[in-house]
Amino acid sequence: MTGGVGEPNAISIGFFLAFIGLSLGITIWASRKMRTAEHFYTAGRSVTALQNGLALAGDYMSAASFLGIAGLVALSGFDGLIYSIGWLVGWPIVMFLIAEPLRNLGRYTFADVVASRLRQVPIRVAASLGSLAVVSFYLIAQMVGAGNLIRLLFGLPYELAVVIVGAVMLVYVLFGGMIATTWVQIVKAVLLLAGAALLAGLVLARFAFNPLALFSEATRLYGDGVLSPGRLVTDPVDAISLGLALMLGTAGLPHILMRFYTVPDARTARTSVGYATAIIGCFYLLTFILGFGAMVIVGRPAITAVDAGGNMAAPLLAAGVGGTPFLGFISAVAFATILAVVAGLALSGAATLSHDLWVHVVRGGHSNPREEFVVARLATVVLAIVSVVLGIAFKGQNVAYMVGLAFAIAASANFPALVLAIFWRRLTTAGAQWSMIVGTVSTLVLIYLSPAIQVDILKAASAPFPLRNPGIITIPLSFAVAIIVSLLWPVATEQEGFVALERRLHLGVD
Amino acid sequence: MSRSPSALEIVSASRWRMAITLTVLMMAAYFGFILLVAFDKTLLGTRLAPGLSLGMLLGAGVIVVAWVLTWTYVHWANSHYDRALAELRK
Repeated sequence: MTGGVGEPNAISIGFFLAFIGLSLGITIWASRKMRTAEHFYTAGRSVTALQNGLALAGDYMSAASFLGIAGLVALSGFDGLIYSIGWLVGWPIVMFLIAEPLRNLGRYTFADVVASRLRQVPIRVAASLGSLAVVSFYLIAQMVGAGNLIRLLFGLPYELAVVIVGAVMLVYVLFGGMIATTWVQIVKAVLLLAGAALLAGLVLARFAFNPLALFSEATRLYGDGVLSPGRLVTDPVDAISLGLALMLGTAGLPHILMRFYTVPDARTARTSVGYATAIIGCFYLLTFILGFGAMVIVGRPAITAVDAGGNMAAPLLAAGVGGTPFLGFISAVAFATILAVVAGLALSGAATLSHDLWVHVVRGGHSNPREEFVVARLATVVLAIVSVVLGIAFKGQNVAYMVGLAFAIAASANFPALVLAIFWRRLTTAGAQWSMIVGTVSTLVLIYLSPAIQVDILKAASAPFPLRNPGIITIPLSFAVAIIVSLLWPVATEQEGFVALERRLHLGVD
Repeated sequence: MSRSPSALEIVSASRWRMAITLTVLMMAAYFGFILLVAFDKTLLGTRLAPGLSLGMLLGAGVIVVAWVLTWTYVHWANSHYDRALAELRK
């Protein structure tokens, strides 16, 4: 029994069209308010703390975490919890080290903060390298996921699904900018939380609302092993390495960092991270219930029959406890989730291309706002085309490593330079620049040499680099490069800028 | 170059002391959990009640620690840090 998964059904298409209709309505409304580059990138800095908290959660809770973690829990029990926790613990770090300084020191991108007392051109070029690498790998993973998911959920051809996602995302970002993207994230976050909570409620209703009764039933069916650590973490060094990348990568994701510019001040930025941490934690606890629910109610054989990776566990569970209408709702929510994440990524990629590369490198910082606005929208069109082409090019390939790769680059290239620019008086242009370049390149090289590519994809017997996650090497390496280069070639004038930076960091410019 | 620290430097130092303390606590909780998962799977598999293992309790505990530390910072910043900044702006 597949419960109707994979067949185009009227209810799921109805829900999906309702979401598209609502989000396009939001886009039309937003397009009337969008006049300048400031609106395009930051929604006029008028987003409230709760709105931004929901939007941060919306940007972060991808379909990979909703469907992927529920599936991982359904097939391996406890191990799914390890991933959920790794994805949450980056948020307190964002709060303590990044959110408020970023809001006070930058305008549109995180490179604004790194470049604020250093030389613009070298910093912007190096920061764009890391940002665009993160955005590209994240986008490819989302596009390939979207194509597969929509084929499974609605029975549409892969290529058509990728083109639809690219086209709808383009409309949101091009016409609605950050205002529309933020509201699409908010609607999606509310739908996703409501859907997951309702589904978990329907599951727990069968167990007298006692999660322990659900977990006991799972051990009765599949053995005690489902409640203890399994095969996910076997090598402690690899586990720590993955943990570092997930934790510090969250604080280096360009599309997440960009959200802190949409709020009016540092205090709002702070409160919004509090909301996001609460929401994302609740969501991951819910997916844990959903995974066990699918394990017990749908059963492992039925889950792997539809998709060997277990990605359809949550939709199958919805069909099992709520019938076709609920399956339709959850399928539409999963699609909405992908659209929203892709839109957020495209917007941050466009900001890097136009604000960092065009305005500060090509134009030497002397572009007028009108021109920047036009270039930002052109960059959005280019990114939409590139992401559709890459989505189709990577059809049928294993892209599971790409989200991990995006987090590893964010943690190794963006996070060290950002933290040192905020904290460390002696940081120089050359130190920050080489830290970002070495962080990006070393991560790419080590992932290529790792078992994730050599063994899983190229089918070699073994890999030259033993770890699947290079973070434990590349993150300290990137910090070391920044510190050594800065100490060997100190620049007195750049250190003098730190006093002004420190004042602005705490007090803001407004 | 001996001089007394400025008011801003005092606020800045207390902000970073708080941030670094909380960051270290979060990392200790998370990596402690990961190391237990890696090195003592049997301990984490210990059954505390039907349907509840020690590992699940500790895992949920890490999520609760993340919430508590985040709340601690927001609470501290909303009262102490913001008040100190308001003094500086005068």
